[in-house]
Amino acid sequence: MSTPRKAVVARDLTRRFGDFTAVDAISFEVAQGEVFGFLGANGAGKTTAIRMLTGLLGPTSGSAEVAGHDVGREPELVKRAIGYMSQRFSLYEDLTVRENITLFAGIYGLSDLEIRRRTEDLLERLQLGPQAGSLVRSLPLGWRQKLAFSVALVHGPAVVFLDEPTGGVDPITRRQFWEMIYQAAAEGTTVFVTTHYMDEAEYCDRLSIMVDGRIAAIGTPAEVKREFDAESIEDAFVQLVRPEATP
Amino acid sequence: MRILGFILRKEFKQIFRDRAMLRMLIAMPVIQLVILSSAATFEVRQGRAWFVDLDQSTVSRGLVQKVLASGRFVAAGSSLTMTEANDALLGRKAGVVVRIPRDFERDLAVGPAEVQLVFDAEDGAAAGVLQSYLAAILRDYETELGRRIPSRVTPADVHVRFRGWFNPLLDYNDYMVPGILVLLVTIIAMSITAMNIVREKEIGTLEQLNVTPITRGQFIAGKLIPFWLISLFDLALGLVVARVVYGIPLEGSLWLVFASAVLYLLVALGIGLWISTLVETQQQAMFIAFAVNMVYLLMSGLFTPISSMPHWAQICAQLSPGKHFIEIMRTVLIRGGGIEAIAMPVAVLAVYGTVVFTLAVRQYSKTTT
Amino acid sequence: MRELLGFMTKEFHHILRDRRTLAILLLLPVAQVLLFGFAVRTDIREIRLAVVDPSPDTATIDLQSRFQGTDLFHLVRHETHTAGLQDLFQRRLIDMALVFPVDFGASLDRAGGADLLVITDTTDPNTGSARQTYARNVIDRWTRERGQASGSVRIVPQVRMDFNPTLESVNLFVPGLIAVLLTVVSALMSAITLSREKETGTLEVLLVSPLRPWQIISGKVLPYLALGFLNVVSVLVAARVVFGVPIRGSIVLLLAECLLFIVTSLALGVLMAAVTGSQRTAMIGAIMGLMMPTVLLSGMIFPVSSMPGWLQVVSHGVPGKWFLLISRGIMLKGVGIEYLWRETAILAGMTLVFLGAALRAFSPRLD
Repeated sequence: MSTPRKAVVARDLTRRFGDFTAVDAISFEVAQGEVFGFLGANGAGKTTAIRMLTGLLGPTSGSAEVAGHDVGREPELVKRAIGYMSQRFSLYEDLTVRENITLFAGIYGLSDLEIRRRTEDLLERLQLGPQAGSLVRSLPLGWRQKLAFSVALVHGPAVVFLDEPTGGVDPITRRQFWEMIYQAAAEGTTVFVTTHYMDEAEYCDRLSIMVDGRIAAIGTPAEVKREFDAESIEDAFVQLVRPEATP
Repeated sequence: MRILGFILRKEFKQIFRDRAMLRMLIAMPVIQLVILSSAATFEVRQGRAWFVDLDQSTVSRGLVQKVLASGRFVAAGSSLTMTEANDALLGRKAGVVVRIPRDFERDLAVGPAEVQLVFDAEDGAAAGVLQSYLAAILRDYETELGRRIPSRVTPADVHVRFRGWFNPLLDYNDYMVPGILVLLVTIIAMSITAMNIVREKEIGTLEQLNVTPITRGQFIAGKLIPFWLISLFDLALGLVVARVVYGIPLEGSLWLVFASAVLYLLVALGIGLWISTLVETQQQAMFIAFAVNMVYLLMSGLFTPISSMPHWAQICAQLSPGKHFIEIMRTVLIRGGGIEAIAMPVAVLAVYGTVVFTLAVRQYSKTTT
Repeated sequence: MRELLGFMTKEFHHILRDRRTLAILLLLPVAQVLLFGFAVRTDIREIRLAVVDPSPDTATIDLQSRFQGTDLFHLVRHETHTAGLQDLFQRRLIDMALVFPVDFGASLDRAGGADLLVITDTTDPNTGSARQTYARNVIDRWTRERGQASGSVRIVPQVRMDFNPTLESVNLFVPGLIAVLLTVVSALMSAITLSREKETGTLEVLLVSPLRPWQIISGKVLPYLALGFLNVVSVLVAARVVFGVPIRGSIVLLLAECLLFIVTSLALGVLMAAVTGSQRTAMIGAIMGLMMPTVLLSGMIFPVSSMPGWLQVVSHGVPGKWFLLISRGIMLKGVGIEYLWRETAILAGMTLVFLGAALRAFSPRLD
């Protein structure tokens, strides 16, 4: 009986583009079933880090393991075990809701029976039954986000990566979205989410803050707030990013 | 395989839902084929000739009549000086000036006599064609005059018969239509394929696909197969229309043409695929596709003969898949050739296809290093 | 006016930021002119000849050597019967076959004379006819030199090709190439920029602003006028310097007409953006709708005079055709506006028609 393995492990993960170091030797661990918040300002290196963890970009040096596979040496195996929701939501707008679900489920190799079952399940959970045959283009933004998230989970991955999933929607929809995230975590899926909404950071089990390519803070929300003597994560963040601005 | 099925279903649905694009993809080549093919000919219908007859003799007037009677020329005017004639050339009122010098009739009775032909070579092609018409008319007139002056007649030594093979009626349509069809289908298929792939890049769905276990082969096949099938359909449609409207010959085996088309389109689309890996936006894809298509057009041997190009250019033309397919089409449809006759171009296409695909697949990497 | 300028500056910045497209837009036309200027020729370079000579004698050998003595004809096959000819033609190994009858030499001295058969591959009628003419000339010369020709009637045509004495392909070609490149690139650019705004919805925003529709369109499209002009200049310089293409008329007039033509093409692009639903359709429409029709109908390769009447009428609608007449007139003939005012007026008229139609389609009431 082995110890439960970590969902994501990064060791000195580094990415350089010519002279510019986008991600500078970051190291962290994420446990299975955790909701991990990956915070940082725009340009801090979050997206680059996620692209490495999802096997889209090779590391310049260092290593990372996701769902037990090395992202540098076995990116394709990593991809089989993860789900991904990119910043642009990445559903095909000119396909219907049902067609999108079927497509991605099929790509991940689910059987026809499974596809049918999970599609119905998903439609019911999202209450999108009546819109199953509508083009995604016609759905409002909030619904599209929730759908994209569900599609990312349709094949039951161990880890799901969300890159800025809640941009541009109203607070109520954001709440609903986070409920879905909790639901997924409760069912055992590790959720790795980047966001620049600092209030959402409070919803995470643990979080890290990236500044200029390095991890400047990591821990539970409470730990981080304590470390920077801050009232909120936002305060801590401001301290890290603009140290001269703190009183 | 199964996964490919899902991807193909997605692609076809997307294509068929975009009505406007579909209409363009299928209808435009055929419509343009019907309308534009009539333009691709060098037979000048009515050359406008201006006459400057300084001899005003029976023989010189006979020549003028002969020119006009040929059916190829109409009289644009006449004058006794070159000034008006040159003006007519400048203002495009005439395409050629026929100047018959004084003493034409007299000179002709004792030896060779000159006739000046001044062409408006602004349109060089037309000028060349008119020149050959006039040369034939002059020759005919020579023979006619020879018969009328019995003492001068010497039985011609050599009776030369000229025969043209494969296109005896010198029908331009036979020559042009299949080629134009191929070019039209290629232009649109290649452009749309390239754009389609880049669009996924632009929107972000490409990234989404890259994170899935889909393989490069599956992705590429998924992108190419639908357009490949549609282009084949387009080509078939075009050939049927060409047969009905223009009556192009089908001397050789149509199946051979089709089989070659299958290979050719794969190469053409492969190039579109390769273009898509080089660019970031649909806009760039379009411009590069345009550039490549222009090269295709002009180096295909359709409008200007490859045999006329300098050696290095002929070698470059070998790189144009269109050139090989047009060669195949003409050899089969007009010359009635069989497999042996087209073995070479087919082999070239096959090699070409392999290279292009290898390049494109290599370029298209799901993981950037 | 100030808003218009601000608008144009924004568009300029946008263009400059997309390095790759800019590079393509600037280099493409010059590269193509250079390539095609060198590569595309219409003169016959060589004719591969097969000789079928069942009974070789001094006459047949003499005539054959005549052919071989030219730079043009290359004797590539020597046969004794015609059986394999069709295969040779089909495999494109020969362009022409000279078929001697049996006892050619002996027949020449007899009363009836001798027959000679020349078979030409006329799959390409134009090249085929040209080859036949060359062959005919060689045979004629040979016949004359055998001493029989002094008696027959001979009309000798003195040919002069005005405005392009050597029928230099490049001179004929470059104006046409300019037409195609300018028209497609300009129309494409304006179609892209306007349909992008239409698609992303920013056009709505602009239309409800104090800016009038014509200001919006001008602002977006005029920067491309500058780009198009740069293209024209670079192409003309290349044509002149590298190929020696003449510009016998007024350069100022030529550049002015080029500007007009660019505006016409831009207007066409605007129209396309106005009537299509998406940027993709606008782009494809611009390329498909302009490329082949301009190449085939403008007269750059095939003479307009060889088109059937109805098609000549259709060609009137292709802006490139008028521009070709104008540019060839100025470059090769050196004529001025007195000869070209009609064509210029037509281009200007077309521009107005396109713009008018586009403006109507872009009317503030968006549907």
